[in-house]
Amino acid sequence: MKKLLSIFAVVAFAFSAHAGTLDDVKNRGFLKCGVTTGLAGFAAPDDSGEWAGLDADMCRAVAVAVFGDRSKVEFITTTGKSRFPTLASGEVDMLARNTTWTISRDVNLGFEFVGVNFYDGQGFMVPSALGVSSATELDGATVCIQTGTTTELNLADFFRLNGISYEALPIETNDEGKENLFAGRCDVYTTDASGLSSTRAAASNPDKWVVLPEIISKEPLGPLVRHGDHQWGDVVRWSLNAMIIAEELGITSENVDAQMSSNVPEVLRLLGVEGNYGEMLELSNDWAYQIIKQIGNYSESYEANVGPDTPLEIARGLNALWTQGGILYAPPFR
Amino acid sequence: MRSNLGFFSDEKFRSIFFQTLVVGLFALGLFFVITTTSYNLEKRNIATGWSFLQNPAGFDISFSPFLEFKSTDTHLKVYFVGVLNTLLVSVTGCIAATILGFILGIVRLSSNWLLSRLVYIYVEFSRNVPLLLQIILWYSILIQLPRVKQSLQVLDVFYISNRGLYSPRPIFESGFSYVSIAIVLALISSFLINRWAKKRQDKTGQQFPVFSSSIGLIFIVPLVLFFILGSPLSFEHPELKGFNFKGGLVIRPEFIAMFLALSIYTAAFISEIVRAGIMSVSKGQREASAAIGLKQTWIMRLIIIPQALRVIVPPLTSQYLNLTKNSSLGIAVGYADLVHGFGGISLNQTGQAIECMAIVMATYLSISLTISFFMNIYNRSIQFKEK
Repeated sequence: MKKLLSIFAVVAFAFSAHAGTLDDVKNRGFLKCGVTTGLAGFAAPDDSGEWAGLDADMCRAVAVAVFGDRSKVEFITTTGKSRFPTLASGEVDMLARNTTWTISRDVNLGFEFVGVNFYDGQGFMVPSALGVSSATELDGATVCIQTGTTTELNLADFFRLNGISYEALPIETNDEGKENLFAGRCDVYTTDASGLSSTRAAASNPDKWVVLPEIISKEPLGPLVRHGDHQWGDVVRWSLNAMIIAEELGITSENVDAQMSSNVPEVLRLLGVEGNYGEMLELSNDWAYQIIKQIGNYSESYEANVGPDTPLEIARGLNALWTQGGILYAPPFR
Repeated sequence: MRSNLGFFSDEKFRSIFFQTLVVGLFALGLFFVITTTSYNLEKRNIATGWSFLQNPAGFDISFSPFLEFKSTDTHLKVYFVGVLNTLLVSVTGCIAATILGFILGIVRLSSNWLLSRLVYIYVEFSRNVPLLLQIILWYSILIQLPRVKQSLQVLDVFYISNRGLYSPRPIFESGFSYVSIAIVLALISSFLINRWAKKRQDKTGQQFPVFSSSIGLIFIVPLVLFFILGSPLSFEHPELKGFNFKGGLVIRPEFIAMFLALSIYTAAFISEIVRAGIMSVSKGQREASAAIGLKQTWIMRLIIIPQALRVIVPPLTSQYLNLTKNSSLGIAVGYADLVHGFGGISLNQTGQAIECMAIVMATYLSISLTISFFMNIYNRSIQFKEK
């Protein structure tokens, strides 16, 4: 019996053991990236049908790092519920799906968060006609809430803590939430504050909606990969870090070519002029140069997708660099 | 040569050999799937086990008409809330689908051309449009109802909005229990009267007004008692307070959408089954009953339906099973059934996909087998009894 079991274990291993994700991606010729079903500013098809947004840029940055080509990505949409099984089963190589980094997801679900590309917090949005100015006035309200999210648990905690009651209306996607909120089936929509700004921007008359001042949780959103494939985790982690470091060093997609002849050592290391950091990651040596050239640094991606000049109008706030009053910080490139 | 094949030329041996082989291969396959799964789970550091059932859920379920649910309750309780909600929509759906299906099946056979055509169109439409679309259609209609602050008021006590149908909630005061007891006693005695009257009719041919006497017993006696006891019943009316109505009973649009879609969809199939059942009774039966002077309604009730039921009940059982399983589509409109709550939210919050799915599947299996069991008993009781 024991022998039989070990034979099975070996066979099972043969079935499940595959080369690292990086090799899989290279052999396939494109990256499979899990994103939301559509959240403007983070990942949503733009007017021309191209996926755009902060998370979409994250996917493209990894594709550029591996292939040097921003178009080598297949975007796979996932709901709050389907995202984890989709990643665990290997249907996608990574998730960039405004997903909150928590201990249970990191440890119990067997994933690895490689960093934070947006520091967020959960908020509430109500019709301005309700005249509500604080979330503590929401006693008895019907709340639209996406299932399978951390916001669902925070919501229960918040109302319990404040001793007020609510009625939860569970929904699957952001679009369903919009539909129910705009129809008045629920009074309040709660999700990450960035998601609320995105939903508000999509309303026919954004002024009719207000985002309440309370932020009831920490929601560090970041890309994640399967636990145990450290080489692939490193590629995704440093694709994100390269964008942040580029902002720190003042390298943009416009001036990146001029920066190739910079006299700052870290700039030269990042752009692959000096050292062989690309080889360490089993990428080409100009991987970071290509990310900055084709996608831009973190600030460029932020301003283009969610910044104050976009319909979302989200100030940098916590997401500013650590040198500029925020908490965005990347380890040194050396 | 012959001695080697001796076993195989024996038909009995061959049969046992192949059956054992198939069962053995199946068991081996199952074993392989289980070991592979547990191996891969372990490799990916995914915790397994059933202890998560005792952990607090952490989220709220608002639609729980039978059990009080708080976010501090366990995942096990999420499961029970889900089972009850699944049963609620399945049972009410089956009852409504049966009544509607029988009426439509009979109307379809009516000689009135317009009526029969209308039912035909209904049947073809509702059984040929995917159920999921019908659920979403009903839900989209329901959430276009007026907002809660502009609720439609019906008969001064009912309020209709896109948050649901609010009605007064009956509050039973002391003394009402006597009325309930009277109703139960009346039900039992009318059942006994019915049996006694049947026996007497078989023996003597004399009839007894069973229907009117039962109505008298069931309605009038408790009603008189109710007034003698000084109307021990009051109503709590829903009132618009703050964001929502407080108090009263509420039927949510998620439930109404599921109930309507499931019963209308299944009723279309049932009406075809009923039609087939009625048509299976030979024309001579109807003509013979008419010849001995039975009324049209009696012909249907005493001659046609009892014979048609033998054809109707087996496929009807499978419609009940379909309806129950189809109730899992409630997830599309956020109806808090078993799949949505336990098989969805709990699964996602705990990550115990295999355990949750196994429990959900086992539950649907048990519900289906229970329905089959009772329908089989019923089916045996209506079969033609040879004496």
